Amino acid sequence: MLRPTGASIGDQPELVSTTTGGVLVRKRVALFLAVLVSAGVCLFGVGAGPAQAAGESIFGFLFQLKGNVRTSYPSVVVTAKGPGGFTGKAVSDKNGRWTIEVPRPGTFTVSIDTKTLPKGVTLTDPSKQTLKLPVLEGQDKPVLFPLGKSTRTIESKWSQALQLTAEGLRFGLIIALAAVGLSLIFGTTGLTNFAHGELVTLGAVSTWWISTGVLPLLPDFGGLQFFPAAALALLLCAAMGWVNDVVLWRPLRRRGTGLIAAMIVSIGLSIFLRYFYLYLFTGSNRSYPDYQSQRGLNFLGVDLAPKDYWSMAVAVVVLGGVIYALVRTRTGKATRAVADNPALAAASGIDVDRVIRVVWVAGATLAGLAGILLGLAQGVNFQMGFQILLLIFAAVTLGGLGTAYGALVGSIVVGLFVSVSTLWIPVELKNVGALGILIVILLVRPQGILGRAQRVG
Amino acid sequence: MDWTRILINALEASVGLQAVVFALAAIGLNVHFGYTGLLNFGQSGFLAVAAYGLAVTVATFGLPFWLGIVIGLVGAVLLALLLGIPTLRLRADYLAIVTIASSEIIRLVVRSVTFEGTFGGSDGRQNFAAGFYSLNPYPKGNYNIGEFGFPERVMWILTVGWALVGLSCLIVLLLMRSPWGRVLKAIREDEDAVRSLGKNVYSYKMQSLIIGGVLGSLGGFVYALGQASIQPDIFGTDTTFFAYTVLILGGAARVGAPVVGAMIFWVILSLTDNVLNQAIDAGYISSSIINNTQVGQFRFMLVGLLLMILMIFRPQGIFGDRREIALDAR
Amino acid sequence: MPAEENEQIGQAPLAPTPRAETGTRRDRRDAAALALKGVPHEPGASKPDPIVVVDDMLRQFGGLTAVDVEHVEVQRGAITALIGPNGAGKTTFFNLLTCFDQPDSGTWTFNGHSLTGVAAHRVARLGMVRTFQLTKALSKLTVIENMRLGATGQRGENVFRALFRSVWRTQEGEITDRADDLLARFKLDTKREDFAGSLSGGQRKLLEMARALMVGPEMVMLDEPMAGVNPALTQSLLGHVKDLREDGMTVLFVEHDMDMVRDISDWVIVMAQGKVIAEGPPDSVMGDQRVIDAYLGSHHDAALTEEDEEQVLAEAEEALERERAENEEAKH
Repeated sequence: MLRPTGASIGDQPELVSTTTGGVLVRKRVALFLAVLVSAGVCLFGVGAGPAQAAGESIFGFLFQLKGNVRTSYPSVVVTAKGPGGFTGKAVSDKNGRWTIEVPRPGTFTVSIDTKTLPKGVTLTDPSKQTLKLPVLEGQDKPVLFPLGKSTRTIESKWSQALQLTAEGLRFGLIIALAAVGLSLIFGTTGLTNFAHGELVTLGAVSTWWISTGVLPLLPDFGGLQFFPAAALALLLCAAMGWVNDVVLWRPLRRRGTGLIAAMIVSIGLSIFLRYFYLYLFTGSNRSYPDYQSQRGLNFLGVDLAPKDYWSMAVAVVVLGGVIYALVRTRTGKATRAVADNPALAAASGIDVDRVIRVVWVAGATLAGLAGILLGLAQGVNFQMGFQILLLIFAAVTLGGLGTAYGALVGSIVVGLFVSVSTLWIPVELKNVGALGILIVILLVRPQGILGRAQRVG
Repeated sequence: MDWTRILINALEASVGLQAVVFALAAIGLNVHFGYTGLLNFGQSGFLAVAAYGLAVTVATFGLPFWLGIVIGLVGAVLLALLLGIPTLRLRADYLAIVTIASSEIIRLVVRSVTFEGTFGGSDGRQNFAAGFYSLNPYPKGNYNIGEFGFPERVMWILTVGWALVGLSCLIVLLLMRSPWGRVLKAIREDEDAVRSLGKNVYSYKMQSLIIGGVLGSLGGFVYALGQASIQPDIFGTDTTFFAYTVLILGGAARVGAPVVGAMIFWVILSLTDNVLNQAIDAGYISSSIINNTQVGQFRFMLVGLLLMILMIFRPQGIFGDRREIALDAR
Repeated sequence: MPAEENEQIGQAPLAPTPRAETGTRRDRRDAAALALKGVPHEPGASKPDPIVVVDDMLRQFGGLTAVDVEHVEVQRGAITALIGPNGAGKTTFFNLLTCFDQPDSGTWTFNGHSLTGVAAHRVARLGMVRTFQLTKALSKLTVIENMRLGATGQRGENVFRALFRSVWRTQEGEITDRADDLLARFKLDTKREDFAGSLSGGQRKLLEMARALMVGPEMVMLDEPMAGVNPALTQSLLGHVKDLREDGMTVLFVEHDMDMVRDISDWVIVMAQGKVIAEGPPDSVMGDQRVIDAYLGSHHDAALTEEDEEQVLAEAEEALERERAENEEAKH
């Protein structure tokens, strides 16, 4: 548990600790950041994830590429110095890999002992023999000492921006999947669903569970391949959406529960589900067995893994489908009618309860899909959905509460902002930037980017 | 199973540091949510500003203890102004989103490596409580009645803590029985009606936000001093939501509700914790179903359920007046 | 707290007013009628003693023009009705006048004060108090607390003074006395300690009106005072509105019930599609062709009164009769 490390008094129970196990707590935001950092900074996305889940480390590969031939350099000494008088030393293995476990996050100074390099091998930039860099919570920090003559021009701000834009788009599309559902539920029922993040997590956790077949309290069935597992997980999410409406929210609507009371109920549900996931899934961050890592593909100057391309494609197709359904199908039109004016919709013969049920099922499925794709991008943990919940809220608010298209546009804006802003602000603070912008936009344009002013009173 | 130990732990939890901290946080929320209808989902931000205001002043800059308290209080007032100016004119749910976002911003900033030098990163800050304990009037030793009791340091912080709780309740009581409190309650019901009667609703909401925030920030001081150490993740959104649970448990818009709510809340947590742990140790519960480290998770699942069930079946809480709640259905 | 606010308590126009006799009612009504006698029956007519003057007020929602008023004046001391078909912009106009909404352009004054950019609560303090279409009784406050809330310039409404009961106790007593008088007048004294939420629709309307009077207004704006009121209470409510005029207040109200408009108003302003299309005393306005067209040309939710219907029928019959007569003549 999150016990204070300093002088503590008495036998006090801990204040609210978000998880059990300090490591897990520290993983919260850092994991996601770490993945993006490794995607962005590490030039070779292969084998970037060391086996251990806990703690922080600094690692790197020492090698030189000549054409397609890769020469690795073993037995090279790398040292790291850090806060609290920490010193660590590592020697590269036969793949040129070195790893230094560090005791805690902070700023570290990493140096390569050039004398231990094979003869004739030198640093590309001799002034970069010592690097000073921050290591975040739970991060495995990749460090590169480029060797040999420079074959690569320094990444310009522009190409970096291009890369970050692509990543932001991917993230924005994932948020959009969740935000559209949240927005539709808000539009039709008025509920601000704080448990929406847990639907996102459900998609990822259940996909992981079905594809490995291992979960506490349940028999091990060996696991399925990723795609059938994801399909089953989506079914589970759809069922969860249905259960949500039928067991909880419809009865509450019947009782005439107020919107604020309902919001607080959803907070309770969120807390319950989150710790239930923690109980089942434990606090580790895990990857789907079929997608541990993938080699990046360079396409128009953007370096993304194939799974990133196709998860973006899936998101675009599904979002397109949702918009088509809203505009063209009977149910979609009915949904918009209910969102516009439930009483009028009911009076004109629309079965409002059925529409809301469809919205819950669809919203939960979309959220589950968002979770599956997010799991591909950053790994799976028990509170991944809760971590992006505020960004989803930001997206929905930016677009103008309750409009599905607004949520879509808002999501893309949030995704791009979170990603591209790292050009100027530290990666660990990128969500701060996004939340700050949310506040500013509410100040300037409370009806959202796409919303219109309405009559008061 | 050692039932004596379990009961004593529960008794200690009912008056312990956590109960004090959450009582103060919930007293603040009661002013916001219970009386004014402001949906502040960022109460943990007020606790964080106070705790860090104190800790950073003393531990990072080496300034005196009292200055730290002043800076923490000023910080809480500034945070209320910062949150209130843009949002108090907007719809209620915007305040909820902005406050929760702000409390997360505060947490992310103080835990960041970028500002580690000032806020101490994820390890937080220690060594700032000496000034407080140097004032301790209790001589060294344990102050026990049978097995129930605390050492002198805990006695000191609990004395100060409960004094603050008493003072806060008194202030809330006096305010809510005054015409000022009447305006607040009226704003909770319908702010346009209050505006039409010539009251500056915006100003009253701001005053409520500041007073509730400052009362909540007292909880931040008490926690920081009681633990003599703070970490950023203590001030996550769950802390706010637990404070809401405490408030709703007691019954919103009742002066004593947060106090009783906090005591009951920590008794429940202490009981489940101790009973489960002892049952596991004694082998009554198979550790394949739940082990000692999972007891904490189980407790929080229980909190979630408690919040849902209370809100659905007894939104007026333990003290609440059924007549008032019945009016909502109209 | 500014001195002027404290003074307002004393100036309440309602303190022991002699109960309005039918005779004085008539006097006031006649006085208002007299003052408005020379005013031409046309939109934007200027009044001898206007308390509210509006110029070029425009409010749009998206592309929809809700209010577009060139010029309108409201006579002091009179009861003026604001009527018009649904969607005519009456409530929006009300919101704009009381600063609960801001116009895109335009100027308007109350007692010579420009209200452009003034906060809604300041408008109330200036003496223009409104009620709402959907009654805003503060459900979880008791009736007497609702009433006390209305008083302005309360010392105990300052957060620091609120802590010290002795500072505001005397004043609270005075306010309570005044509130009790009003409650007795509005026959709500038996409900004094009940939650406002437990009152019937009509009683809430009464409470809202009584609470507005606690502010000590010079002008009372009532948004559909009769909507949802039990017919048994209608007469009593009408009487209370007339009493406001007796007490020297100006009343502007939005109403759909034509009988009520005819019964109590001295002057009628008709709005349609955001514009003022007609003005005049009730009888002249209701015969106005523009008004009938506006009502018939829209989804009117308030039927014309029986008299109006009879008039239309009579006219139609007359026309038919004439036609028949002409035909007969032609045959001969």
